[in-house]
Amino acid sequence: MPRMNAAQRHGVEFTLNGRKVRAEAENRMLLSDLLRHEIGLTGTHVGCEHGVCGACTVQIDGKPARACLTLAQQVRGSDVRTVEALAPGPAELSPLQAAFRRHHGLQCGFCTPGILMSLDALLRERPEAGREDIREHLSGHLCRCTGYATIVEAALAAAEEQWKEETPNA
Amino acid sequence: MKPASFDFLCPDTLDEALSALAEAGGDGRIIAGGQSLVPMLNMRLARPALLVDIMRLEALRRIETSGDEITIGAGVRQAELEAWANLSRDLPLLAAAFPWLGHVQTRARGTVCGSVAHADPSAELPLSLVTLGGAVSLRSRKQKRKVTADDFFIGMMATDLAEGEMIEAVHFPKARPGSGYAFREVGRRHGDFAIVACAAVADDKGLRLGIAGVDDRPRVFALPALDDDQFDDALNDIAWSLNAREDIHASARYRRELVRNLGRETLREASRCRA
Repeated sequence: MPRMNAAQRHGVEFTLNGRKVRAEAENRMLLSDLLRHEIGLTGTHVGCEHGVCGACTVQIDGKPARACLTLAQQVRGSDVRTVEALAPGPAELSPLQAAFRRHHGLQCGFCTPGILMSLDALLRERPEAGREDIREHLSGHLCRCTGYATIVEAALAAAEEQWKEETPNA
Repeated sequence: MKPASFDFLCPDTLDEALSALAEAGGDGRIIAGGQSLVPMLNMRLARPALLVDIMRLEALRRIETSGDEITIGAGVRQAELEAWANLSRDLPLLAAAFPWLGHVQTRARGTVCGSVAHADPSAELPLSLVTLGGAVSLRSRKQKRKVTADDFFIGMMATDLAEGEMIEAVHFPKARPGSGYAFREVGRRHGDFAIVACAAVADDKGLRLGIAGVDDRPRVFALPALDDDQFDDALNDIAWSLNAREDIHASARYRRELVRNLGRETLREASRCRA
């Protein structure tokens, strides 16, 4: 692939929430800004922009990752999922999102999209995840409202619900 | 908090990457997972004219064992090594260090060699590499060379990497049966930068204690096999021999105290694992 000039915008193609997209980005554009400013998906929040707070966490090829520590050009050909992909329909919530509402897992909601994407990745990969796994994944996120206890409870409830669905005879 | 502009190259071959790096002189940087470099770009502490993305070079994405040495290529992500089937058998020190190494979300992208290249004085991977007596393979358009980890880290985020060179791989000595390994760390939040981290190896040659977060680079000390009541004097000497940093996170005095306490726990655990 030829050297891409700093002064121009360059196409980047990837899969976003199950659909092929092509966007234009300067080399220096972060994935978080590409999602929000170019594509218009503002569910991914931007907090610290240096990888500490976790608000911008999305899934890249199924793994949770910081959108603010990823250049748009680095996701060429990848499969990116954002919080917009979680709810099955406009008036519905995913089981994890519903558990957050039931257990008061959010107050201001700023950190929530990032936390949801980390926990969604965890529960997809390891539906049997327990409290320690959930806390380990949460350690990559800062929440200034909840004190985390209700987030852990919500995630445990979602995990249990998912487990029951997958093993109906258990 | 946005990077300054740079040219971007995603080469198909290693030769192409090395040529571009050579032509860029000191203004070119390799980007792999980006988990250390992108924060530096965002804060404009790094302003390269060219970034060379090496993550499409399949030859660099290898974990290989040859004799007593495990080679991790520059394209191997931390999460890939963490999930490597032989990790706890062949690299038990790393298996113990991984839970401390950033977060799940950064390990999914960041590479092993990237952390070594970044050379943060409190980072777990450089500490482990130095403690185990590992090495770094460097490559430029014109030459290849291999340096010991101890010679590679020369100061605060400073390494022996020359202009036009990149890390091609790092090499860890394979764990020997009967040796003991331990890793301990104190930080403000699990996964954040360590205030002090200690790594220890106990084998038939004695003890090795590696310390990160205190001096400007990870430091390692060889000790004879000590009785439990001899640790304190040895650790006190080590604590004072380090050029302890003072910053917003901790005073130099607190860091020395952590060396004494964490060092003792780590040495004891490694000795116990050996026994």
